[in-house]
Amino acid sequence: MLNRLFVQCPQCQTTHFISFFKGAHYVCSRCGHHSRLDPPHWIRQLCDRGTFRPLFANLKSLDPLEFPQYRQKLEAATQAASGWEAVVTGSAEIGGMALALAIMDPGFIMASMGSVVGEKIARLLEHGADRRLPVVMVISSGGARMQEGILSLMQMAKTAAAVRRLHERRQPLITILTDPTTGGVTASFAMLGDVSIGETGALIGFAGPRVIQQTIGQKLPPGFQTADFLLEKGMLDIVVPRKHLKSTLVRVLKIHRTRPFPQRMPAKEKPLS
Amino acid sequence: MKTAMDIVRLARHSKRPTSRDFIEFLVHDFVELHGDRRFADDPAIIGGIGFFESIPVTILGHQKGRSVQDNIRRHFGMAHPEGYRKALRLMRQAERFGRPVITLIDTPGAYPGVGAEERGQAEAIATNLYEMSGLRVPIVALVTGEGGSGGALGIGVADRIYMLANAIYSVISPEGCASILWKDSGKAPAAAEALRLRAVDLLKLGVIDGIVAEPGEGAHERPGETMVQARKTIAAALKELLVVDAETLMQRRYAKFRAMGVYAHGDGFDGLF
Repeated sequence: MLNRLFVQCPQCQTTHFISFFKGAHYVCSRCGHHSRLDPPHWIRQLCDRGTFRPLFANLKSLDPLEFPQYRQKLEAATQAASGWEAVVTGSAEIGGMALALAIMDPGFIMASMGSVVGEKIARLLEHGADRRLPVVMVISSGGARMQEGILSLMQMAKTAAAVRRLHERRQPLITILTDPTTGGVTASFAMLGDVSIGETGALIGFAGPRVIQQTIGQKLPPGFQTADFLLEKGMLDIVVPRKHLKSTLVRVLKIHRTRPFPQRMPAKEKPLS
Repeated sequence: MKTAMDIVRLARHSKRPTSRDFIEFLVHDFVELHGDRRFADDPAIIGGIGFFESIPVTILGHQKGRSVQDNIRRHFGMAHPEGYRKALRLMRQAERFGRPVITLIDTPGAYPGVGAEERGQAEAIATNLYEMSGLRVPIVALVTGEGGSGGALGIGVADRIYMLANAIYSVISPEGCASILWKDSGKAPAAAEALRLRAVDLLKLGVIDGIVAEPGEGAHERPGETMVQARKTIAAALKELLVVDAETLMQRRYAKFRAMGVYAHGDGFDGLF
């Protein structure tokens, strides 16, 4: 898409000059649709120039279940995503503040969580805990990676437990839920942020809309499972359009960096409840 | 030789003992406790307190119905957020009074519905994973029938995880998997095979700690003998766990889930930023 001169909004089909579209953070100026971004674009969106350093990038998926077609699928995805898995993890600076950063890539098997995604997320959270760094995650996912069976399910428990590690060291997890965030990822680290930010228009939920429709046998209410719907139901802290994401992050990070009364924080207090 | 799909059918057998049957057999002086104190009492999860042998315990599990009507009321053992929050309330109460927790897993999955999404199904499960990973009392989980995805794991983060010989535990139902992979839910038997969802598979993958034998054709045929085996297994686990101090217990639980997953270390990173 980025090699061409023009680009079409996938929602309203308006044609944009690529350079204008880029300047608008890949958001359609007509209908406000936020196009999905890959990790390099997110890094350019959010991080201070040249500060991102990849971590744990050498972890590669295996096929522990010998699941039909999984190897081929992995190979195709790896080529398309030029080497990284469904999540890119690293250290970076935003507004001059150091942090640990994860960015999921829906271009890689729908950013589904298999062993590698779970391991990278857990390692990043432990990295944040060890180095006393806040952790920021740009999340999107179709859910657990079916092809790794029960092992992918267990990544939910692993990542949730690792969030606890981060909290024990009193560092915040700031989650940015982008389109789409569903299934096992929503039901683990994505919903455990201290500050949960939804990107405007994102689909966020546990069960997919089709599954729900099949179960209840009636039409879903308008706007169901959008970021604004979750905000209204009390499941997100804020919904932010992409152009304001970085400035919002900077504010949130700044507030967490300052500890007005460090002596009042008991070392072993039970974190979050 | 039973196929994976034969086991799936046994795990879902309508005459299979439910959590209530197990509780009646395993625990005496049982007092059932209701409600999440937030919204409602979810009949898809039952729980309460009682004596296991001479140990005071909190025991809870998914509850499938014993008749069609009962099943409709209990949503076939598919819990809503209030069910997971009731479970969490009971587990926190157990922690407060130093009681070990026994959880019984038997669900097709968390309920996919409008109300469930509105009230934060994903948040409820995520919070349980987070809290269970740090609960300062021993947790023993037994998959008695269907271990259906996040809905099962929501009460499944435990120090010891066991499965009945004809139980299943999977990231997705074989039907769901077949319809995603091959657009044909009729290919469920092949999916059941591929998902490695039998107790013997999970033991091999290092996800569970042991298998509880089901004599004869299975638990539906000889429930009493199956439950005697279950009691022996749980008793042995509790005996080991009750002498471990809380810090060590939590470290080991973290390490247990932290180690789950299979991946490789590749030769580094070839992506560009």
